[in-house]
Amino acid sequence: MLKIREYVKVKDLEEAYQLNQKRSACVLGGMVWLKMGSRNVGTAIDLSGLGLDTIEENEEEFRIGAMVSLRDLETHKGLEEYTRGAMKESLRHIVGVQFRNCATAGGSIFGRFGFSDVLTMFLAMDSYVELYKGGILPMEEFAGMKRDRDILVRILVKKRPASMAYISQRNSSTDFPVLACGVSLFEDGGAKVTLGARPGKAVLVKDEEKLLKDFLKKDPDRQKEAAEAFAAYAREHVRTGSNMRGSARYRSHLAEVLVRRALIQAGGRENGN
Amino acid sequence: MKYVNQPMVKKDAMALVTGKPVYTDDIAPKDCLIVKVLRSPYAHALIEEINTDPAMKVPGIACILTYKDVPQQRFTLAGQTYPEFSPYDRLILDQRVRFVGDGAAIVAGETEAAVDKALKLIKVKYKILPPVLDFRKAKDNEILVHPEDNWETKMPVGADNKRNLCAQKEESLGDVDALLKECRYVVDRTYHTKANQQTMMETFRAYTYLDHFGRLNVVASTQVPFHVRRILGRALGIGASRVRVIKPRIGGGFGAKQTAVCEMYPAIVTMKTGRPAKIVYSRYESQICSSPRHEMEVRVRLGADENGILKAIDIHTLSNTGAYGEHGPTTVGLSGHKPLGLYRNTEAYRFSYEVVYTNQMSAGAYRGYGATQGIFAVESAVDELAHEMKMDPVVFREKNLSKEGCLFVGYDGSPRVTSCTLDKCLARAKEMIGWEEKYPCRDMGNGRIRAVGSAIAMQGSSIAKVDVGGASIKLGEDGSYTLGLGATDMGTGCDTILSQMAADVLETDFDNIVVFGVDTDISPYDSGSYASATTYITGIAVADACEQLRVKIRELGAAMLDTEPDQVEFDGKRVYKLNGEGEVSLEAVAAKGTSGNNTCLQACATRSSQISPPPFMAGLVEIEIDKETGALEILDYAAVVDCGTPINPNLARVQTEGGLAQGIGMALYEDIQYNDRGQMRNNSFMQYKIPTRMDLKNIRVEFIPSYEKSHPFGAKSIGEMVINTPCPAIANAVYNAVGVRIREMPITPEKIAMALEEKKTE
Amino acid sequence: MEIKFWLNGRKIQAEIQADTLLLDLLREKGCYSVKRGCETANCGLCTVLLEDKPVLSCSTLAARVEEKHVVTLEGLQEKAEELGGFLAREGAEQCGFCNPGFMMNIFAMEKELKDPGEEEIQEYLAGNLCRCSGFMGQTRSILKYLEYKKKLREGEGR
Repeated sequence: MLKIREYVKVKDLEEAYQLNQKRSACVLGGMVWLKMGSRNVGTAIDLSGLGLDTIEENEEEFRIGAMVSLRDLETHKGLEEYTRGAMKESLRHIVGVQFRNCATAGGSIFGRFGFSDVLTMFLAMDSYVELYKGGILPMEEFAGMKRDRDILVRILVKKRPASMAYISQRNSSTDFPVLACGVSLFEDGGAKVTLGARPGKAVLVKDEEKLLKDFLKKDPDRQKEAAEAFAAYAREHVRTGSNMRGSARYRSHLAEVLVRRALIQAGGRENGN
Repeated sequence: MKYVNQPMVKKDAMALVTGKPVYTDDIAPKDCLIVKVLRSPYAHALIEEINTDPAMKVPGIACILTYKDVPQQRFTLAGQTYPEFSPYDRLILDQRVRFVGDGAAIVAGETEAAVDKALKLIKVKYKILPPVLDFRKAKDNEILVHPEDNWETKMPVGADNKRNLCAQKEESLGDVDALLKECRYVVDRTYHTKANQQTMMETFRAYTYLDHFGRLNVVASTQVPFHVRRILGRALGIGASRVRVIKPRIGGGFGAKQTAVCEMYPAIVTMKTGRPAKIVYSRYESQICSSPRHEMEVRVRLGADENGILKAIDIHTLSNTGAYGEHGPTTVGLSGHKPLGLYRNTEAYRFSYEVVYTNQMSAGAYRGYGATQGIFAVESAVDELAHEMKMDPVVFREKNLSKEGCLFVGYDGSPRVTSCTLDKCLARAKEMIGWEEKYPCRDMGNGRIRAVGSAIAMQGSSIAKVDVGGASIKLGEDGSYTLGLGATDMGTGCDTILSQMAADVLETDFDNIVVFGVDTDISPYDSGSYASATTYITGIAVADACEQLRVKIRELGAAMLDTEPDQVEFDGKRVYKLNGEGEVSLEAVAAKGTSGNNTCLQACATRSSQISPPPFMAGLVEIEIDKETGALEILDYAAVVDCGTPINPNLARVQTEGGLAQGIGMALYEDIQYNDRGQMRNNSFMQYKIPTRMDLKNIRVEFIPSYEKSHPFGAKSIGEMVINTPCPAIANAVYNAVGVRIREMPITPEKIAMALEEKKTE
Repeated sequence: MEIKFWLNGRKIQAEIQADTLLLDLLREKGCYSVKRGCETANCGLCTVLLEDKPVLSCSTLAARVEEKHVVTLEGLQEKAEELGGFLAREGAEQCGFCNPGFMMNIFAMEKELKDPGEEEIQEYLAGNLCRCSGFMGQTRSILKYLEYKKKLREGEGR
């Protein structure tokens, strides 16, 4: 059972940062994950008085406060439009509405959990984290870092025009994914493809062979070819493992299927739109 | 019949839907000691030393008990009629721990925080022993789960603790081997089901206190109050007369609470300290140390002639009872007897089984009780046989299924099929699902394929010649009736349906029946609600008690009218002279009952049955499979049920829908996994996924009632059978879709996709 | 530590520990409708409304509800009877243990979604487990209830 000695609702980020320098301290997100463990927390640091529960949108980017709930991410019109529904799709399977009202964007990203749909989705976008001391870092860099005692303040998503898709395979509809795939095909010709719940932490599948370059400009047959080629590449190059939900073999099989499908869906040529 | 066969709202409905405090933990005294159990981290070990001194020093700790502090008389926690078929292999705490989660110490304290702290401070030195974790290797293994000399079995079930055997038996009719050789078509297949959890929303819990007579009062979320009374009397060495058990509202049971999983812990604390004590199992505990379904491996050999007549059935079941034998010797019987009962042309059969001990969590009773496992195996094998013959499996079933009036072959609950519309159920389910158009499958393009699958099922209605239903009914002074029950409503609505029956027999308003249950000091004896017993056997007792009370009302009414009982009639509202020269109202008789009266206006009935008439059903499913990912979606589930007269059509329907949902969970999602140290990994709702409403979209239920003449309203029970069709029906549909035969539950997307990959490379 | 918050419309004061969970505080305050069905935030039985939003009280620190509004089924008894009647007439309430959290989430859904279709309903309520009913009866009840409420609204509009 989770034990907390002291609860502090901080007045500013500096206070949070100072308190968080002790090993026994812990910044509270939505509590859903934290509570499941049996940690002994000295000081629980609550950021909920800092106005970090809003999504700001401007011409260039979305600025998502660490305390924004997953449900807010899911129902945000701007994000839905920009991601073409992919954001919503990445979130709607996570347990239930009450759970997503509790769980926070900051907590999900900071945790860098292997099963995380949220990380899989954000990693597929042109996204960054804003740390109180560490400044702004690309999501990929943050995902690769060890946990430290900095404070995650915001998540930033650049509105780099793109077509996106998110697909997951689950054993039951509200379970963790067996494998999840996020795709962004940028209008500038670039692309990001992520695989999460491998079951290890989500990774970007690097397009070393430039198979996806200018994907959106290709005709449907070429898109299909490119998608198939990259899917085979992903199967080959992304390391998968086994856990209760599936074997490495099945995950590698799924990697090919999901990457191909997500690329074709994001490519959007299949339905002529 | 004014109320029977009507969708009456449950009598306790408004209390439940408005969230009233009616469950065990809601009504427990606030000063209860909190009780928790220190659990073994090892699958098999001996406690060499256990030091509780530091833990006892935690402020607020009232008592810590170890194996040194408990009575040494072994018992079973199985809620069964005495003498139990389950072996006496338990102590409240034992020096030998036999699975990960087995009890090592009991801690009681003023607060949960104190207890949690104390649990961490108990120092146990274990001698770790090698465990038996593979149930296929358990029999005659050199490692014994129960080497102790005071292990005892009350019944001749073929048990031998020196061989890790909890039970074994073989029974047969004719020469099955010879007949199988003659059969033109034969299949020989082995199927495997796992130890699914019931996962009722309310976990195991109970509280205990001593009353003014020094008796142990136990308020428990249980299906078997009278058995709990006897079990605790023995376990504590105080005798049943010193124990009283009360059942409040229960948050679901499904068989889990047919085992006295947790009651002994607060009970012994109260006996030692004299103080009220309470235990509430966490979901974690409910997952790892409770009473799940028996894991079974069932080998089935079937033989049919060239005309599709199923002539020979050979069933061998290996059942894993885990560390203790609760329900081990009995569940296994249903894995043969129920599927055998489905088919009428069988000329020879054999049913043999072995039930083994292992160092895993003890199994118990879960809806279906072995029939679910056996019917999965046999109904899968029936499809495999039909495919060998290139015959539509539904046509094969139509040729062979049991019909009203036939003799049962291999079913132990009744010599004859006394009531059955199974043939009509199957025909209707075919129509509902569109079998003729859809069998076997349709390719939808886009990598998806749709297919249909079928299965039939039965269960029983109470255990013949064993189960006892009890009812008391009394007339109150205002003309209302109080129905006393020992059967246990656990949300199913038996308090309501038994009141419906009482109201009809007494020809009174449904609202004029007050229903009460269960308190072992007050309620009439009843075995409890399990084995699909209540509607049938307690229903018979209720009708009988009400008939007896009618006689008494007539007697008193006749006396009030200065005549003989045979000169009057009672119509529910008044006792009137047959010659039309006078009457007294029910209210007047009731009032008379409290003034200058010598007639007891109360009746009690106890009934058991020589037969256990089975309910029957057909379950047909349509699925869609994504051939690349293996993802499976249930598009439609059509179930047609014969439970005799549905006493309450709404509740019967919801029973069916709920049972099908649990069966679908078993078939598709609920994947029990142990690691090599014997730890059960599905120890939470995060890791043990039961179906959600997004997984279950379309379950359709209809009834085609037969009339069971041995019941006053023609009813049979329904509770368990409804879980039995999904596993085989879905497995059969998967085969019809993609030619992949899954013989181990659950059917995961991975199993389908990987089997298809292998087929591709072949 | 001491907190003040609104419980079912009444401002109350409570003495809590830093790690007291809202679920335990609510039961301590007599709101026994709030149930615990798991420890992993998966069952939905403990659902209450916090500032009108459905949350899991098992995963909410009591300290965090300072000056906020918490509503449990005890505070919505009339609505509970109204919706509960629909469940009861289907026999869908069964053991009743999951009902309070389930109904709280339906009330939240009513506020949040306008004329939801069946799929939207299933998705919104997916976090509320029920082991008795198989969900079909619950869905029948909800659809009838929503239809009834819609008719009421339309009646008022006329």
